[in-house]
Amino acid sequence: MIHERGTSVPGRFPAPFLAPGMSSFTEFLTGYAPHLMPGGHPLPGGILPEMPHATTIVALGYADGVVMAGDRRATMGNLIAHREMEKIFPADEYSAIGIAGSAGVAIELVRLFQVELEHYEKIEGALLSLDGKANRLSTMIRGNLGLAMQGLAVVPLFAGYDLARGAGRIFSYDVTGGRYEEKDYHSVGSGSLFARGSLKKRWRAGLDSAGAVAAAVEALYDAADEDSATGGPDTVRKIYPIVATVSAEGYRRVDDDDLSAVVATLDEEGGRR
Amino acid sequence: MTMPFYVSPEQRYKENADYARRNIARGRPAVVLGYDGGIAFITENPSRSLHKVSEIYDRIGYAAVGKYNEFENLRVAGIRYADLRGYSNDRSDVTARGLANAYAQTLGAVFTESKPLEVELVVAEVGTTPDDDQLFRLSYDGSVSEQGGYVAMGGQADQLTTALAERWRPGLTLSEALTLAVDILGRDPGGGAARELTPAQLEVAVLDRLRPRRAFRRLAGPLLERLLRPDDPTTDVPHTDERRPGLHDTLTGDEGEGPENPEG
Repeated sequence: MIHERGTSVPGRFPAPFLAPGMSSFTEFLTGYAPHLMPGGHPLPGGILPEMPHATTIVALGYADGVVMAGDRRATMGNLIAHREMEKIFPADEYSAIGIAGSAGVAIELVRLFQVELEHYEKIEGALLSLDGKANRLSTMIRGNLGLAMQGLAVVPLFAGYDLARGAGRIFSYDVTGGRYEEKDYHSVGSGSLFARGSLKKRWRAGLDSAGAVAAAVEALYDAADEDSATGGPDTVRKIYPIVATVSAEGYRRVDDDDLSAVVATLDEEGGRR
Repeated sequence: MTMPFYVSPEQRYKENADYARRNIARGRPAVVLGYDGGIAFITENPSRSLHKVSEIYDRIGYAAVGKYNEFENLRVAGIRYADLRGYSNDRSDVTARGLANAYAQTLGAVFTESKPLEVELVVAEVGTTPDDDQLFRLSYDGSVSEQGGYVAMGGQADQLTTALAERWRPGLTLSEALTLAVDILGRDPGGGAARELTPAQLEVAVLDRLRPRRAFRRLAGPLLERLLRPDDPTTDVPHTDERRPGLHDTLTGDEGEGPENPEG
């Protein structure tokens, strides 16, 4: 409908804006402005300098949905790059994404994923199914494979409330975009082995939300005990993990007052000191 | 090869304009007007799924009249424009003015080059106070104007604008604004008896100033009925979403139990 020569008029919508039938922002961006894609440009040769890495994320199912939690530390080699980093984000109203790996790329990826889901919602007037969201994330991670092979891998954990099934679900990914649905609980990042061991002992079917939040915080605590790249709850600076629940009520972040109570209880009963 | 007759630009633009105007005037009108808590969009639309009013971005809404496939295409372009800008800069850098300019350039270029787009658009942005609200009206030829407080477009737009000029004033409540819009939309341009428009025939949406981020919500169901009933005390929309799980793009007031969701 628009003549090609029309693109010479400054300020008007270029042709890709008016292309019908596409509701994916990522697809639009890949076609129109590929340089804005995370991993959209090839890395120059040479050795990568040190850069912040995000560490441990856990997710577990509970009676009404899923809980996702992440510590606050970003590390850069042996240094602590950031004490208050946030690694858990709402992807949309009914899903959460947590990131481990190269922090800069991961945060870009999350931002793009959030726009992707909202873009679809606005254009189609409907929510993507949870499987649809998980698949879109797969495609994005696959798009980052080039950077991953050069050491900038992003490994997210995705969890959401499936409105069609009425249950929480958890998805993990590998660097090639492979997507795996996890049963019950999962963890990613440097401290994930310790966190998973902790969750294995704490997780039970039908946990309530308070129980699931406590299990998630304890798993991060256990990971921080053993893994120097994972930050434990810092009661002096009042830095607590980011914990969110996703259920039929939507995404809810657990506030710090509740978390400090959880940490206090764990300290009392845990015999960590 | 046949040589086309020379047609002067004036003649061609006039014909294009007549063509677009005629076709736009055949469609149902739409009204966009400011109220104390935001901006309201009202149009007659029997369809529940083919919308004439839509969300573009956090604080920006869109209303269109004319040819559906053309304004739908422009709506999607606007969403892509806004999302791209917000993604590459920051969410606060997406403005109705920028979007209105892009629409104006596009409509203007198409108007001079080929078949004009048979659409009229409103791009509205809700601000932190009513004085910061912005309403841009765009015509098929790319002309753009900023309107103070209210816009009518589509069939009988002139009569509707005159009626709005008489009766609209700043600080209307939402129910007053909707009642005014429905009243003038139901008028018969031929001077006959006014039609009674029921909520089911209307497409209504608001940009709610008090919402933290995405301000656009459609209104339907019992909530819309209550807002339009003169004897009902409801004057504004709730500023939080309903608890029923699913897409929260529409406020229906159809809830019944429980307190309102505290976090929206």
